[in-house]
Amino acid sequence: MTELLAKEAQDEKWGMVIDLDICSGCQACVTACSMENNIPFVGEDEMAYGRGMQWMRIRRYWEGEYPEVTPDHQPMLCQQCGSAPCEPVCPVFATLHSEVEKINLQVYNRCIGTRYCANNCPYHARTFNWFDYEIPAPMNSYLNPDVTVRRRGVMEKCTFCVQRIVKGRQQASAEGREIEDGDVTPACAQACPTDAITFGNLSDPESRVSKMVRSDRAYKELENLGTEPRVTYLKGGKSYGG
Amino acid sequence: MAADVKPFIGSKASPHQESEADELRKEHLMLDPMPRDEMNQMVMEAMTTTTRNWWAWVIGLGLAVAVLLFGVWGYMIATGMGVAGIRRPVFWGIFIVTFVFWIGISHAGTFVSAILRVFKAEFRRPFTRAAELMTTFGLAAGALYPLIHLGRVWVFYWMVPYPNARWLWPNFRSALVWDFLAITTYLLSSTIYLFLPLIPDMAMARDRSTGWRHFIYKLLALGWRGTEAEWFRLRKAISIFAFAIIPVMFSVHTIVSWDFAVSMVSGWQSSIFGPYFIIGAILSGVSAVVTILYILRSTMKHMDYFIRKEHFDALGKLILIFSMAWAYFFFNEYILAWYGGDAALKQVLTLHATGPSAWVWYTMLICNVAIPWLFLWNKKVRRTPWLMFIITILVNVGMYAERYTIIPLTLGHQRSPFDWGIYNPTIIEVSIALGTLCLFIFLYLIASRIIPLVPIWEVQEGQMSHTLRKVGKTEIPSVTELE
Repeated sequence: MTELLAKEAQDEKWGMVIDLDICSGCQACVTACSMENNIPFVGEDEMAYGRGMQWMRIRRYWEGEYPEVTPDHQPMLCQQCGSAPCEPVCPVFATLHSEVEKINLQVYNRCIGTRYCANNCPYHARTFNWFDYEIPAPMNSYLNPDVTVRRRGVMEKCTFCVQRIVKGRQQASAEGREIEDGDVTPACAQACPTDAITFGNLSDPESRVSKMVRSDRAYKELENLGTEPRVTYLKGGKSYGG
Repeated sequence: MAADVKPFIGSKASPHQESEADELRKEHLMLDPMPRDEMNQMVMEAMTTTTRNWWAWVIGLGLAVAVLLFGVWGYMIATGMGVAGIRRPVFWGIFIVTFVFWIGISHAGTFVSAILRVFKAEFRRPFTRAAELMTTFGLAAGALYPLIHLGRVWVFYWMVPYPNARWLWPNFRSALVWDFLAITTYLLSSTIYLFLPLIPDMAMARDRSTGWRHFIYKLLALGWRGTEAEWFRLRKAISIFAFAIIPVMFSVHTIVSWDFAVSMVSGWQSSIFGPYFIIGAILSGVSAVVTILYILRSTMKHMDYFIRKEHFDALGKLILIFSMAWAYFFFNEYILAWYGGDAALKQVLTLHATGPSAWVWYTMLICNVAIPWLFLWNKKVRRTPWLMFIITILVNVGMYAERYTIIPLTLGHQRSPFDWGIYNPTIIEVSIALGTLCLFIFLYLIASRIIPLVPIWEVQEGQMSHTLRKVGKTEIPSVTELE
């Protein structure tokens, strides 16, 4: 059992593929992520000032000249960089790499709130708890027991729904098998109505994500910075329907 | 120290030569000696005189520190960082700007004193201590900011390498930890460097005071008697520290610049930030020394004897040179960015000059380059203390604008235009920044009445080594090498 777990641990390298050609920008992923990860709502004014806590955001760009404009959507979340700029700058190891899942972890209890990681993230994927955000009743009942509720003064960001990864692994090992493609689906991928988000193990060359990463439409955001993002975007432009 | 040396004054000099010698004496403190005891009394008097005005300032500033700094900070701790204006993508604002500003000022204080001591610049003698004190109190004000800007200040000690049950150390790869260690190093070494030349003056004050003052000075004088062996050791120690603190200053302020330079932020990631920050620190620090000297000269008793126009003149030249050096680095940043052709960096630098906050950028250039270059070449301006006061304050306004441009304005326009944002400081941040300014002035006011702001023994030593000697028909100043 322990050996099995160790072997799985070695093999895990989680990644995500987002097909921008079929993303409609509906924000279902944003909502699902907020519900899954106990993300507080900050109110209209704070949101407008740029203090929204969403771990996943839809970046909307306009293409063309007015009035001939078309919207362009790009869901942006923590890219779980293989060589993450946020990690070396934290003075207290509150953000660090998990050896098992090979994703970036944020240890809320350890964070002292220097916010250096957020400055250094080229994707602006990190959000800061500016206040203690109250979750009014009865909405406090929706809180997900698998996810820590954060207090003021700490940084947070997308975890690739690490609680679901852990659950998937436990499930698989309880059934005495190895973790398979499709065992783990993060909240955003689960909620996407056009199935634009695919999640899986990149170290398995036959997994759906591995196949999609090899697509000729694939690109990684700001890859030239050497961050080795684990999120791949697919964008083919007009001929693919984009 | 040997017996008093009588300056050479040509007794049979012609009226013309006499007036020339008088002029030299009026101009140079070193050629205008005063009996030692009289000078000691002057400094003691300057130190013990507290006017009604002084008390009003101390009480007013004390209240301001309590309310603007600690009161508002307490409110921020209790409510959350959100009361500050920072937001995505600008996670660092006024706090870090003011932090770099104070650290810059403080680094230059000791540096100015040490470099002038090492190069035996004689004009340094009356104001080294004023500059060193600026370092100590600048650090006291600046070192609060790494705490103030923390989201959870109550666990700040996790940044300190201390043994704990979890076997957790700070992350030594983080520039913030280097910064923490560098500032601590500088605080310690500059405090020792401040204290060493203070010992003989403490002994002087001990011998001329009673009551609580006598008690304090007795403690701080460490039993100084003024024997030859004591002087020998003191000189050796001061000399070691003066040499050692110069590389420390360079490395420490380079490390402060690495808070930015080692990051991935476009506009921060730069290999010239180390020297750029050092030059900026010296520019703002020398200017702050002049500002302080002007205030000391115009508010404290007998200070116009010690602080003369020659000092403003000499420091004015230094400011002009450092302003030129600063401009070189500023230009360098642009030309290298242009040559490198990085689109994001080009965007950031263009927006500094054309974006919504471009006035900050222009303020920086006007105050740091235009004003010193237009005025400081002029000897008359350099020798007019109140003009120097205004110019040096403006230089520091410009240096503040420089840090503001580098920090929030650069963070606001990074690689993804969707995440561009403007940062508006709130009253909370401004209040805390003003609070630390009040803290600095408050500490300086208190210190000005407790320790001698003029290193008397150094002035006396200098006056002993300087004489007017007659060569042919003219009298020329001569300096004897003492060390």
